Amino acid sequence: MAGLTLQLLGLQLFTGVALGALYVLLAIGLSLIFGMLTVVNFAHGAFYMLGAYVGLWLLMHGVNFWTALILVPLAVGALGLLVERTLIRPLYGRGLDYPLLLTFGLSYVIVELVRVAFGNTGYPVDTPDALQGAVDIGVGYFPLYRLFVIAASVVVLVGLWLFLERTSFGLIVRAGARDPQIVRILGVNVARVWLIVFGIGTGLAGLAGLLAAPLQGVIPEMGGPILAEAFVVTVVGGMGSLLGAVVAGLLVGVVVSMTSLFAPEMSRVAIFALMAIVLLLRPQGFFGRAGLMS
Amino acid sequence: MKNNGLTRRKVVAATGAALAAPFLVNIVRAEATTIKVGFPVPLTGPYGAEAQDQVRAAQVAVAEFNETGGLRGRRAELLVRDDKLNPGEAATRALELIENDKVDFMVGSLSASVQLAVNNVTKVRKVLYNSISQSDAINEAKEFSRYTFHEALNPHMTGGAVGRYAFSKYGKRVVFLTADYAYGHEMVRAFQAAGKAMGIETLADIRHPLGATDFSALLPRIQALKPDVLVISNFGRDQQIALKQATDFGLKKSMKIVAPILLYTGRIAAGAQAFDGVVGGTSYYWGLEKTIPSAKAFNDRFRKMYNGRVPSDYGSLAYAGVKTFLMAARQVGTTDPEAVIPAMEALKYDYYKGPEYYRKCDHQAVQSVLIIESKNAPPGDPDVFNILAIDQLSEADLRSCKELGFT
Repeated sequence: MAGLTLQLLGLQLFTGVALGALYVLLAIGLSLIFGMLTVVNFAHGAFYMLGAYVGLWLLMHGVNFWTALILVPLAVGALGLLVERTLIRPLYGRGLDYPLLLTFGLSYVIVELVRVAFGNTGYPVDTPDALQGAVDIGVGYFPLYRLFVIAASVVVLVGLWLFLERTSFGLIVRAGARDPQIVRILGVNVARVWLIVFGIGTGLAGLAGLLAAPLQGVIPEMGGPILAEAFVVTVVGGMGSLLGAVVAGLLVGVVVSMTSLFAPEMSRVAIFALMAIVLLLRPQGFFGRAGLMS
Repeated sequence: MKNNGLTRRKVVAATGAALAAPFLVNIVRAEATTIKVGFPVPLTGPYGAEAQDQVRAAQVAVAEFNETGGLRGRRAELLVRDDKLNPGEAATRALELIENDKVDFMVGSLSASVQLAVNNVTKVRKVLYNSISQSDAINEAKEFSRYTFHEALNPHMTGGAVGRYAFSKYGKRVVFLTADYAYGHEMVRAFQAAGKAMGIETLADIRHPLGATDFSALLPRIQALKPDVLVISNFGRDQQIALKQATDFGLKKSMKIVAPILLYTGRIAAGAQAFDGVVGGTSYYWGLEKTIPSAKAFNDRFRKMYNGRVPSDYGSLAYAGVKTFLMAARQVGTTDPEAVIPAMEALKYDYYKGPEYYRKCDHQAVQSVLIIESKNAPPGDPDVFNILAIDQLSEADLRSCKELGFT
């Protein structure tokens, strides 16, 4: 291929990492919610989209981007708390299908409500002034905003890690992900833990949506394609594993990026091919627990 | 049992006669009925904004026609339907318009595949159809029928005009970034055809999936190739996102970005930054009113009807699409296709952008192509383009009748 240099490969790899950052944020939420609540959250893409729209609304009303970065995950997380408490909690103990169908329907409802509130056609979102332009990262010029997305994801991941590893609540979450029944037997109010986990997961999705908004604008349908990719990441990394979500997220981002270099039409197919291969060789994903779905 | 001479047969016959009576009255009233123009457009979906503007502009044509006497007193009426940008849906709406509403003319729609679907219906039913968005296929002999007209530009004309301008002005080393579907392929083919005569060097022909939201994986390679011109052939949201991300990656510093079509609605939606400095083609820009009187007349009428708004490119196609049919019908005094078709073929008109006429073999409207460049305008200001050049109308810009399969 003409012009294939080490420099280009390096830049392409970096682009893949930037792509992966958003996947990671979404997949962590999905993986947490599935690992702990055994709920397949089909509405995760809708929460992502909601985060983008809440961010848009805040920006339209003069709130600056940095404040929005804090407000949006809180707002979307709060909505997630409400959804868990009122809609999903009544369905626990009834198997996988009921919450799955509920979240599936919920995604449609959320998208339609956003269409009613903001219209069908979507809005562009300007990159914040301080983050405009491109920087020379050694292998080429890279948009500053995408570097920020990587940095923001790292900050969130570190914060999440600290939360899970260093707080007692985090200890309960990890234990609950390992074995929910035993945690219950030990007298922990699992319901409250699950409520908060759902809120954290959806809050992360909302943050990812806000981060994505300056990259591609906002439309009501933006949650659909990325949900599919997030599911691939969760499956490849292993449902319920946070390390898996991070590793797989970056891997998927890099796969998309590298495929685009050689065969751009195949870039979307490539991630599903990756998922198929991983499932054939290791059905529980890289770091997942075997038998989680039974 | 005696029933006073009122047999069942008599009751049935009387009822039948009573029910048929309104129809007899209707047949007598036929000459005074309205001229119905069927108008299937994608009111819902990604091109809703363009479709709404097409409805507005079509209504201007209808209003002007009715105010100037219509067709011997017969008024025109626009029957708007939502085809949801789906060929199956559009074909159903077209069928309903023909069978239930008995339309005299059909004008629409957006997207090449939808046009072809509507055309398949109208040509079998022998209803006149004027297609108002880009398509190369609709000119070809296998899609064509006497009842098919094409007011819009086709990719060959647009890509050719923009290519000739861009390659001579900005350079001959070219990279193509194209949406991987019919429209994208047709545009690249048009650019290649124009470029071959000028000796361009195609460094890469990169195809991206339709509806892609992230082009970042494709941009480093383009950056590394260092072309003079980057031709981005996609439409709507794909175009807006591609231009935004290309700007983010700083591509504009080292190459000229060129697009076959720049939409007025798209530019307003995406804002100045993404489109800044991008050069492209269009069938119409309201700024033409400075030099072309018919543009001013059309714009003024549009402003009057719609509170100061100016018409968009796709909107104005709807205006001409409807107006040509109505004017041709008025000329021959009837809506009978057999009379209207020769009138359309002989029509030399200047309704909004300068002289146009329909070429006989494929009923393609031969017209000028504008080369425009986006400029920095504050939000709310409609003056978003500079007209750099006008590629005047010429049949040489179209594919030849022979190339299209006509003998």
